[in-house]
Amino acid sequence: MDFFKIIDQLSEVDADVLGRFDSRRAVFGSLGTAAKRSALAAAPLFLGALFQKAYAGTTATPVEVLQYALALELFEQDFYKKVQASAQYTTASAADKAAIDQIKRHEDAHATLLAGAIRGLGAVPVTGVTFKQAAFAGLVTFKTGPAATTQLGVAQLLEDTGVRAYKGRAGELLGTDLLTVALQIHSVEGRHAAKIRGMRGQRAWVNPADDLAAHPVYTSGVTAGSTPGAFGLVVPPYTAASPREDNTVQSNVPITTGLGTPYTAADAQASFDEFLQVAEVLDNSRAGIFIGA
Amino acid sequence: MSDHNLLPAWREQSLGRRVFLRVSAASAATVALVAAGCTTTTPEPVKVDPYLLSPLPAGDVGLFYFAYLLAIAKATIFQKVADAPPTDFTATDRAVFTDLRDHEVIHRELLRRFLDPKGEVALLPADFAFSLTSLSLTTRAGALAAAQQFADLAAAVYPTVLPLFSSANLLPRTLLLKMSSVHARHAATLRNLRTPGTFAADDVVLTTGVLAGQLRTKTPLEVLAVLAPFFAPYVISAGNLPLPI
Repeated sequence: MDFFKIIDQLSEVDADVLGRFDSRRAVFGSLGTAAKRSALAAAPLFLGALFQKAYAGTTATPVEVLQYALALELFEQDFYKKVQASAQYTTASAADKAAIDQIKRHEDAHATLLAGAIRGLGAVPVTGVTFKQAAFAGLVTFKTGPAATTQLGVAQLLEDTGVRAYKGRAGELLGTDLLTVALQIHSVEGRHAAKIRGMRGQRAWVNPADDLAAHPVYTSGVTAGSTPGAFGLVVPPYTAASPREDNTVQSNVPITTGLGTPYTAADAQASFDEFLQVAEVLDNSRAGIFIGA
Repeated sequence: MSDHNLLPAWREQSLGRRVFLRVSAASAATVALVAAGCTTTTPEPVKVDPYLLSPLPAGDVGLFYFAYLLAIAKATIFQKVADAPPTDFTATDRAVFTDLRDHEVIHRELLRRFLDPKGEVALLPADFAFSLTSLSLTTRAGALAAAQQFADLAAAVYPTVLPLFSSANLLPRTLLLKMSSVHARHAATLRNLRTPGTFAADDVVLTTGVLAGQLRTKTPLEVLAVLAPFFAPYVISAGNLPLPI
């Protein structure tokens, strides 16, 4: 059994056979190694080239998912930019400012990365997704007072929505190496959400004792004003309502009663973060009402 | 259901992997196959290590086992700290660890249920355990350091593990996806308790290059290497897990 001989024979009938062995997985494997050597970090075009190589000839779906992710990152980026420029921020504690700055740096980096990947796939990245100035003006305090009118209250809603939004489209990246990229960002968003919640004196995980527990961000379904087609985004059709965050059944197992030892509904809810579909994320009851000039 | 047929095979310890390969080689068909590509040298007999568990199963089931082992690790630490909180723990610390313990035990038991829906199989030897002896869980600093290490580990490996699932059944990976961000919340919370402001510090999030803003990930193999001393004397082999691991 001489593999080299077999490859030689194959290459006689299929000149591209060696190229075909350079699978997407192998390409990304080499990315991991290269990244460790920091060589890759110095080559901004490499990432786009890599995606192009990995996805040439596949459907446009990965681009559509990335455009959606970029739109949300731009939205968050603009929100934190407005926070940093606000009078409320200047009077916040040094620790709180540092946290906002850290989160903003990450959102900047996510937007840059996603835009680069989209360009690498031959598409034009979405731009101009901003947090409505009028809505921002209504956030009268940094973190004290009614949650819905504080900057950090809305930051929590945005971060928790971000976590749910990445989950909602992860399935469309299955079988592509972009899934890892999306999940890495998703995980960082989870850390942001935990931090913002901590700054507000809330528990880091979604639970019924949250002061914002009743907010639509933690429910599901479409009410009004959802504009998934905005910014030229191509999105899958909305089907049925996604699970709500107070869901206590996972994979058909009732968590409170189905695992031997009984668990509280609060624990059952907090142990899992649920996904949201695009139409739900952009619904006016959630991010939709904040997106605009 | 075919996935679950693999379970007793993993539990089976009477044949080490190398011995098994030699037994397989005895079958005429296999001999013919192997002879085409291998030398005929017979390996020296290997003494079977009673603590060498059969390799984790291939495919999605192996990934579930991996997640299960990691949940055992996290839950064991959280349980111990919640049961016997360090004397210098604050009320907030105690409340957090109670939540962490509950979340992680739920994860562990739900993963176990996926691996063994009827609760009939001993997935691991009776004396298999995550050893706490090398961790100092009696001080706040020690407890937070240990808990943070394993919470970060879980958060770092889920983005690597999830893409490795391959079956058409979406339930398992959806479940792990839902756990994934909860692990991130755990890690960020423990980091903030230990060193305020480090929820997504530069040692867990890349800061330069085109991948800036991305979580630093770990592979299942890297995680198993960290877990290995804690599961000793048992030895877990990941040789069958989907690549790249």
